[in-house]
Amino acid sequence: MSWFYLTTFIPLLYAILVPIFYRHFPRIHTGWFVLPIPIGLFACLIRQIPLIAKDSPLVHTVSWIPHLNINYTVYVDGLTLIFGLIITGIGALVVLYSIYYLLKEREALGNFYVYLLLFMGAMLGVVSSDNVLVLYMFWELTSISSFLLIAFWYQRKASRYGAQKALLITVFGGFCMLAGFLILANITDTFSIRQMIQHADKITGQSLFVPAMILILLGAFTKSAQFPFHIWLPDAMEAPTPISAYLHSATMVKAGIYLIARFTPIFGGNMVWFWLVSGIGLITLFWGSFSAVKQVDLKALLAYSTVSQLGMIVCLLGLGSAAYSGPGEAAILSITAILAAIFHLINHSTFKGSLFMVVGIIDRLSGTRDLRRLGGLMNMMPITFTLAIIGSFSMAGLPPFNGFLSKELFFTSLLNTSQLEIFHLDKWSPLFPIVAWLASIFTFIYCMIIAFRPFLGKHQPHKLAKKIQRAPWGMLLPPTLLAFLIILFFFFPNVLAQYLFLPAISSILPGVMEADLSIEPIKAWHGWTPELFMTMGIIAVGFALFLLFPKWSKVFGRLPLWFTFNYMYDKLLLAIEIASQRITRKYMTGFIRDYLSYIFFFFIVILAGMIFILNSFTFNPTANSPVSIYEFLLCLALVASALLVLCARTRIIAIIGLGVMGYLMIMFFVIFRAPDLALTQLVVETVTTVLFLLCLYFLPKLEKEINKLGFKITNLVFSLGVGILVTIMALSAQGNRLFQPISRFYENAYELAGAKNIVNSILVDFRGFDTMLEILVFCIGGIGVYTLIKIGLTER
Amino acid sequence: MGLNNDVILQTVSKVAFFIILAFATHLFIGGHHNPGGGFVGGLVVASALTLLILAFDLKSLEEVSKINYQTLGIAGVIIAVGTGMSSLIFHEPFLNQTFGIINLPILGETEYVTAIVFDTGVALAVLGTALSIITTISEDVCKWRQ
Repeated sequence: MSWFYLTTFIPLLYAILVPIFYRHFPRIHTGWFVLPIPIGLFACLIRQIPLIAKDSPLVHTVSWIPHLNINYTVYVDGLTLIFGLIITGIGALVVLYSIYYLLKEREALGNFYVYLLLFMGAMLGVVSSDNVLVLYMFWELTSISSFLLIAFWYQRKASRYGAQKALLITVFGGFCMLAGFLILANITDTFSIRQMIQHADKITGQSLFVPAMILILLGAFTKSAQFPFHIWLPDAMEAPTPISAYLHSATMVKAGIYLIARFTPIFGGNMVWFWLVSGIGLITLFWGSFSAVKQVDLKALLAYSTVSQLGMIVCLLGLGSAAYSGPGEAAILSITAILAAIFHLINHSTFKGSLFMVVGIIDRLSGTRDLRRLGGLMNMMPITFTLAIIGSFSMAGLPPFNGFLSKELFFTSLLNTSQLEIFHLDKWSPLFPIVAWLASIFTFIYCMIIAFRPFLGKHQPHKLAKKIQRAPWGMLLPPTLLAFLIILFFFFPNVLAQYLFLPAISSILPGVMEADLSIEPIKAWHGWTPELFMTMGIIAVGFALFLLFPKWSKVFGRLPLWFTFNYMYDKLLLAIEIASQRITRKYMTGFIRDYLSYIFFFFIVILAGMIFILNSFTFNPTANSPVSIYEFLLCLALVASALLVLCARTRIIAIIGLGVMGYLMIMFFVIFRAPDLALTQLVVETVTTVLFLLCLYFLPKLEKEINKLGFKITNLVFSLGVGILVTIMALSAQGNRLFQPISRFYENAYELAGAKNIVNSILVDFRGFDTMLEILVFCIGGIGVYTLIKIGLTER
Repeated sequence: MGLNNDVILQTVSKVAFFIILAFATHLFIGGHHNPGGGFVGGLVVASALTLLILAFDLKSLEEVSKINYQTLGIAGVIIAVGTGMSSLIFHEPFLNQTFGIINLPILGETEYVTAIVFDTGVALAVLGTALSIITTISEDVCKWRQ
């Protein structure tokens, strides 16, 4: 499997080609060029299933920065495989769907598919990286590509607002997560997740255990839109519908779930983890479904329903972490929760993906997603109606759809958990089933709204912007395939369990599953169990409330405006903006001399302070070689040219004086036998002098306009301070030798790099990374100059 | 600019340009064993072109060569980063360089270094960026004078 680790990079590399296709084949929809990538990757991953089901994960390491312990390690086990299949499978369907959703005449398809492929690659990277820093890198790449995709229609204000919100919240979480990773890496002395898991017992006792856990959870919760960070998800619905279906229901928001699952072996069994994960999940489950009911925009409704379903999965993972609390009953019961989480993860991707596509069809054909304007579409779009029924009934947890099975498992694990006697559960045991039951009622209501409100009732063509036409097959095929899967999973859940769930569970619960490597087969009919009665209660109460909806919907209007998290977010953002503006205005005066004085001030204070504190000033001239006469003369000439700069009356003389100083420095380099430095300095000096001369035209006449004494004294203090400090540093540097000089290593340049020129081999080989970043920065600077001046030119 | 009419400067720089270019090539290729390298090489080429700009003007240079210096600089960066990536294909850490000796038909035993590719990137990046800064600023100057 030596090539397998490249799968992550295929979408990223292919993204480079997309603009070429877009430009050179304008008559073919760019999506057709992209489609083979997810399909091919999906096929690749399918082929890995039997191998991984035998409990032999694929590992491949490419060393990246080995001396910093950062390697690109691909680790594919059951959990990764499930996520990989979802990412590529739904990805393929979404790309197909988008070909018909986005018109090639109107949209910037090149950008769209580049972002999409970036996202796909990043997501695959997140789920397959074993190194936490690599994982973090891909994690942030998903945030950025998601930002770009939400703002795809950047002309709209709402898109920009939603994109910014999503970026701020997820990147905030990402930073927290990075801090958590670093704490963990510090404790365990490794960046590899697998090795962290091996050292899990070492982590548990640490004082930073809980902070690290909370930081990592913040990353997961922000990404997976958990309460109270869920507010970005509904606003992200401004993205094109294929993106909502892909990122904001099936894949990206599941990255947080992946993270929780991945770190369960480390943190699982801890009370704080158990209560945080399951508690926040439960709150999110309830709040999401409660808020979904009041939405009038179909996509917003689906967004809140996604929030709620994600909460359910997170809650299940929290309950499942109890498996680590001890052997015996708890472990066996908790496995059910993990099984339910994974099962629902897959189910959610199928039904939510298909529902989003259905909403996209409604939106495209009728021109609106507003529930108040839609109605009676059943006769016009019978296939879409069927798909909506299948998707939403599955989401509501009705048979014969896969949602029913995972919902039943959910109730089972809730009831199981309430019997446990760990983590003070005995006091709060009834809480879980009751809240979940209430949430499920709301879930049922909004599912009915999606299934029936747009399709039944009276058709109101005057409220619609468009006349309804037939949906193209390309838009119907992907949701139909998903609907097919929904039913298939209901009838054959144990095939999935055998090949996908079992390996995934054993990777979430590595220690526990070895002892008891079997799960009960998933059955649709358990007999007259409490779970079934709960479901029946939900259907009865939910249906009644759905019919009476107009009567009690006023409840939502009662909530005060300031109470919403959106309001708080907006206020907070505004406050931060104003505060930072005020602070910035304080010190950003626009005068270079002010900025220079800040820099020099801190330079003097910090360095002089350090020299004083460390008492490191030494002056020992005995070891120096004697100063020859021409060195002395050169020094004199340098001082003279510096004085010339100071006394110059016109700028051109000052520039020439500076040039003289530069060339005299070159002489020093030559004397001290540093030809490379001399050469570089020579050319740099020449080019900068030319640049100076070019800019001369813009500068005002050199006038000694400021003659205030205070100004002059400040300048004197700064210049004297910097001058004396640099002299002291130069003198003491000779006397203080704290480390072995590293130059010995470079003297072997000929053996190591085949180069007789040490300087050059340092530049291109030993410290090639530095050079690469330097030229990158240089190039960015050049682009900056170019854009600043070009923008200035066009505005004038 | 465009105000330059210095015959001596123009005649000399026509000849000097090629001498400087030859020197730059020497610096670039010889950089592995002797003083020089991509950075200086690129910068010397930039200074040669700057000399032309000073002696004639920007327009004449643009008439002779229609190189987009931004693209050149970016291409340089991409080459430099790309060589770093390519070492990954050989299961080596990022930016690993290697060297060896091969027998070429006419030249005989020749040393080859992969670092030269990276150095090419450095040279192009430096050349492109330096010139793009100089040309944009001097273009700006021209616009101002008009």
